[in-house]
Amino acid sequence: MKAIYKREVSSYFNSMTGWIFIAAMTAFIGIYFMVYNLFSGYPYFSSALGSTLYVLMVLIPILTMRSMAEDRRSKTDQLLLTAPVPVAGIVLGKYFAMLTVFAVPMAISALCPLIIKINGTAFLKADYATLLAFFLLGAVEIAVGLFISSLTESQIIASVGTFGLLLVLYLWDGLLTYLPASPSGSLIGLMVILLLVCFLINALSDNWKITGAVLVIGSAVLAVSYLKASAKFVSLLPNVLGKFSLLAAFNSFAQDHVFDLSGTLLYLSLIALLVFLTVQVIQKRRWN
Amino acid sequence: MIEIKNLVKRYGDHNAVDHLSFTVEDGQVFGFLGPNGAGKSTTMNIMTGYLAATSGEVLIDGHNILEEPEAAKQCIGYLPELPPLYPDMTVGEYLRFAAELKRIPKGDQAEQLQKALSLTHLEEMEPRLIRNLSKGYRQRVGLAQAILGFPKIIILDEPTVGLDPKQVVEIRELIRHLAKDHTVILSSHILSEIRAVCDHVLIIRKGTFVVSDTPEALEEKLSAAGELEMEIRGTAQQAEALLETVAGITGHTVLEESSGLARLSVKTDRDIRETLFYAFADAKCPILELKPRMATLEEVFLDLTDDDDLIAAKAAALLTGRQDETQEEEGSCDESHL
Repeated sequence: MKAIYKREVSSYFNSMTGWIFIAAMTAFIGIYFMVYNLFSGYPYFSSALGSTLYVLMVLIPILTMRSMAEDRRSKTDQLLLTAPVPVAGIVLGKYFAMLTVFAVPMAISALCPLIIKINGTAFLKADYATLLAFFLLGAVEIAVGLFISSLTESQIIASVGTFGLLLVLYLWDGLLTYLPASPSGSLIGLMVILLLVCFLINALSDNWKITGAVLVIGSAVLAVSYLKASAKFVSLLPNVLGKFSLLAAFNSFAQDHVFDLSGTLLYLSLIALLVFLTVQVIQKRRWN
Repeated sequence: MIEIKNLVKRYGDHNAVDHLSFTVEDGQVFGFLGPNGAGKSTTMNIMTGYLAATSGEVLIDGHNILEEPEAAKQCIGYLPELPPLYPDMTVGEYLRFAAELKRIPKGDQAEQLQKALSLTHLEEMEPRLIRNLSKGYRQRVGLAQAILGFPKIIILDEPTVGLDPKQVVEIRELIRHLAKDHTVILSSHILSEIRAVCDHVLIIRKGTFVVSDTPEALEEKLSAAGELEMEIRGTAQQAEALLETVAGITGHTVLEESSGLARLSVKTDRDIRETLFYAFADAKCPILELKPRMATLEEVFLDLTDDDDLIAAKAAALLTGRQDETQEEEGSCDESHL
C-alpha cells in the first residue's frame, strides 16, 4: 500500500493534474474568502467554504478520473494485481494519495480563519470544524470518483460519470421534495430501493440465494409493517432518503455551527462503503 | 513447482482455456508454444493471479493462487505481453516502485536493483523517463521488473517480441543464466525460440493440451513414426516385389521412375533400414540412397496451428506418437478436443 501511495502522490505532482487541482481549489477558496470575509467583513470563513462546494463538484472528477481507469487501460494493473499486495491495499493506496493532494489546498485555506482573527473577531472553532466537514465531504466525493473510475477504462466516462453522480448528490434535498409522501407511494419507493440493493448484492456475491433471502425478508418486513400501521409510512421515503443528504450534514457545520456527529458518521461510512465497493469491483473483474 | 489442474477459462460461450492440466518442475525452462490466440497469455494471466479461472486450480509451490494469493505471488516474477510500465516514471523510479511492491527488504533493494539492471543491460538507462524509451528498451525494463528480487518462478509472456536480433540473443542468454537457479516459463509462437532455450515444451492449441515433452523427445517421436525415402537402380516393380518380402512395412508409394532409377517412399512402423539393405543387396538391386523422410518439428507445428481441425489432429497424433503406446504418459490428451 505504501509503495502505491508514494507512486500515486508523486505521479499527481509529476503530471499537471495535482498542481492544477491544488491551484484551482486554492484560487476559488481565495476568491470566496476575499468576497465574503475580506470585503464584506463577514466573520465566518465557513460561509466561503459553503460556496466553494460547487467548485469541489467540478474539480473532484479531474482528480479521481484516472485513479483506477488509467491502470486498466494501460494494463499497468497487471503489475499491481500480480504483485503480492492485497487489492484493498492497492485501492487504499490510491485513495489516500488523492486525499493527500486534496489536503494541500485544505492546509492552505486553514490560514484563512487566522487572517480573519488578525483583522477582528474570528470563530475559530466553528471555522475549523467546518473545514473538517469540508474535507470529509471532499473525501466522500473522492471515494465516489474512485468507485466510478473503477467501473470503466475511460477517463472521460469516469469524470463525466462522477460529475453526474455528484450533481445528483448536491441536488438531493431538492429532488426529495418531488418524491411521493403518501403511504403507498413510500411503500413502492422503498420496494424499489430494496430491489436496487438486492441487485447490488447479487452483482457482488453472485449468489442468488443470499439475494433472494434479502429480497423476500425485506419485502415481507415492509409489507407487514405497512399493513400494521400504514400511517407511519406517510413521507417515510423522503425522510429515509433525506438521512443520506450530504449537504445537510455539511450545512449543520457551516450554517448552524454545530458539530454534527451523525453527519460525520454518515460521511465516514459512505467512504468505507465506496472503497469496499471499489475493491469488490476489481476483485470481481478477474472473473469476467 | 507449479501445478495446473483442469483449468478452464470461459468468455461467454467460448473457452479460451479448455481443461488444461500440466506440471512445471523446479528448475525447468518451460516453453509454452502455441499459435496466436491459443490461450497462452490467458493461462499465464491465470497462473499469476491476474485473472481468475472459471474452474480448475493453480498451485504455486503448493499455494493456491486464489486462496493464498500473497504467498503464491511472492514466488512469481511476471512479464506480461505488454510490459506494465508507467511512462511518467524513470527506469530507476519504476524499478524501485516494483521492488517495494514485491516487498524486497529495504536493505537489499539497491543491490537487487543493480543486479537486475546489469542483467538486462539497462545501467545507463536508469535516469531516463520510460516514456522516451524505444520498444526494445521498454521490453527490457519489463523484464528487469520481472526478475527483480529473483523470485523462484519467472514467467515471461513472449519476451522477445519486438526486439532486434541482437537483443533476442541477449535475452536468450539471460534466460539461460536465470535457468541455473530459477524456474522459467516462457511463451512463444515461434518454435525455434522455444527450442533454443527450453528443456520442456508444452504445445497448446485453441486452449487445449496437445503435447508436453522435451524438444528432443518430440523430434525422436517424429523420426520413429517417419517414412523412408529410397532410390534404387532398377524398376519400380522390382523394388515393390522386394519390399513385399520385408517385414515391418506398412505401405509404399513410387515417387518417380526414370532411366533405370526408381524413387520410393516407404512407410514403416519400426527401424528397418538394415533389413531393407540386406534384402535389396541379396537381390543384387543396389540402393543408391536411403534416408529417413522425417517431418520436422517445424512442419508439424505449422500443421498444428492450422485452422482445420483435421490437419491439426493428424499433426498432434504424430507428436504424441501412436496413441495406444503413449496413452499413459499423455493421459490428459483428449482426442475428441483435437
